[in-house]
Amino acid sequence: MPRVGRLLHGAGLLAVFAVTIFPFYWMVSSSFKTQTDLLASPPVWLFTPTLANYAEVFADQKVVGAIVNSLIVAVFSTGLAVVLGTPAAFALARYEFRGKSDLWFWFISNRFISPIVLALPIYLVAQNIGLLDTHLVLILVYITFILPIVVWICTDQFRSIPRDLEEAARLEGASQFDIFWRIYLPLGVPGIAVSAIFGFIFSWNELLYALVLTRRAVQTAPVVATSFMSGYELPWGKIMATGTVIVLPVTIFALLVSRHMVRGLTMGATK
Amino acid sequence: MSTARPRPFYTGYGRLTPLWFLAPAVLVLLVIGIYPTLFAVVTSLRRYNLTRSRDGFPFVGFANYQQVLGDPTFWETLGRTAKFFLCVMPFEVALGLGVALLLHQPGFRGLRALARVSLVVPLATTYAVVGLLGRLIFNRDFGIANSLIGLFGVPSFDWLGNSAGAFAAICVMDVWQWTPFCALIFLSGLSMVPVEIEEAARLETASKTALLRHVQLPYLLPGLTAMLILRSADVLKLFDVVFTMTRGGPGAATELISVYIQRVGFRVFDLGTASAQALLLLVITIILARVYIRFFYREIE
Repeated sequence: MPRVGRLLHGAGLLAVFAVTIFPFYWMVSSSFKTQTDLLASPPVWLFTPTLANYAEVFADQKVVGAIVNSLIVAVFSTGLAVVLGTPAAFALARYEFRGKSDLWFWFISNRFISPIVLALPIYLVAQNIGLLDTHLVLILVYITFILPIVVWICTDQFRSIPRDLEEAARLEGASQFDIFWRIYLPLGVPGIAVSAIFGFIFSWNELLYALVLTRRAVQTAPVVATSFMSGYELPWGKIMATGTVIVLPVTIFALLVSRHMVRGLTMGATK
Repeated sequence: MSTARPRPFYTGYGRLTPLWFLAPAVLVLLVIGIYPTLFAVVTSLRRYNLTRSRDGFPFVGFANYQQVLGDPTFWETLGRTAKFFLCVMPFEVALGLGVALLLHQPGFRGLRALARVSLVVPLATTYAVVGLLGRLIFNRDFGIANSLIGLFGVPSFDWLGNSAGAFAAICVMDVWQWTPFCALIFLSGLSMVPVEIEEAARLETASKTALLRHVQLPYLLPGLTAMLILRSADVLKLFDVVFTMTRGGPGAATELISVYIQRVGFRVFDLGTASAQALLLLVITIILARVYIRFFYREIE
């Protein structure tokens, strides 16, 4: 009996792994198929791989440009969110002041806002001041959902830094800014890095704002991938190769922060 | 006042110090978040149809709200969103719990670690790409879904071409992507059970269900509440996967609330109505967020 149980346990674990990974595997393997293999029915499992799809993707200025756009937007929005968010996290972690919990709630509640709610008004405002189809508008909008994550994770991290350190620094006449800059920032690097990785992932993956706020010049990678889905015969190989190129970097990042995944997605609702 | 309150043990800062640290973040969020929202409030009180901009954008009071609240499509869409939530959530919770229990069970260290790490992959996969994958997997002619059901003798099926099939297909993709989320939350709940208690219980009873019900369940419930609330907020936000997979179709079979508002705003260009809809959605979201915060962030106060 225990042996059967053990067997079932092993089979169950294998099944979990297989089902979880399958769509990812299917995308990657499809990206190495020729159109004939892709359209085969029933689908083929064994085939001669081709790099033609990737050659096509990297020769396509639109895709390459879109990846560059995504990179610019993700790096700058995450960077700005860290610059703005770490001091705020420091204040929330270290000071007592009136309205602190309200402020905290307000930061956190941004996690719940549906992008479509902000996308409409931001579209109208951006149109009025000529910011449509610029990197800047996406960078600014993405801050609204990256900043709360940075504030949450960094507040948590800063709270865990022992207070003796700053007491000592204060006795030597360090200002509050010195304490933030010389003690909390350096010691908070692990938390800051985790929050930055989350910021990058969320920004990289975002579709709705990018779809609405950009036209031609700054289309991001998800928008371009989506745009292939029109016409009669879809270039499935190219679509899957583009998908792989988009998903690969964030998957690697996600594996780096896999221990913190739940915290990042729930904003710490579960510890 | 002479009644000295107990001095806080740490007072090395002025009253305004927190402000300097907080101001940049608060200002930026105010400008990017609140200002456009106010703009949307104004827009929602106007007739603001971009395809008929020659008439100008006159104020019409609450006409847009009246229209939205009386619009059967809006309610149908909300109902469909609720139905979607009710369809995916039981699967995500049940499968998530099963996966968590499998991963928590001792034995097979390497395989367990591998399965645990793999759970991160769906969570990080770009939603738009999940939608594209869904289109490939559920393709009528060469999709793997059809060859899979073919193994059980079920004839091929045009998933994305009919209402029930398309709805089922977006549900399947959602369950695939978010079951790991539930599994990881349950798993962290299970790991909170003190080891001695769990060991003692294992000695006492061989029954796994008894162990689950009397020992582990209390540690799983907070996570379950978190899941329900976060997932309901996420379903209200759900756009990317549906948009890339079905565009809300066929007909309106998969048109969830975010997809619908996006269509009214950016494919029909009736921004007045769409703003009213978005603000109503915002109200629903704020209520949800308050409930959520009530539940989970009490410790901060």
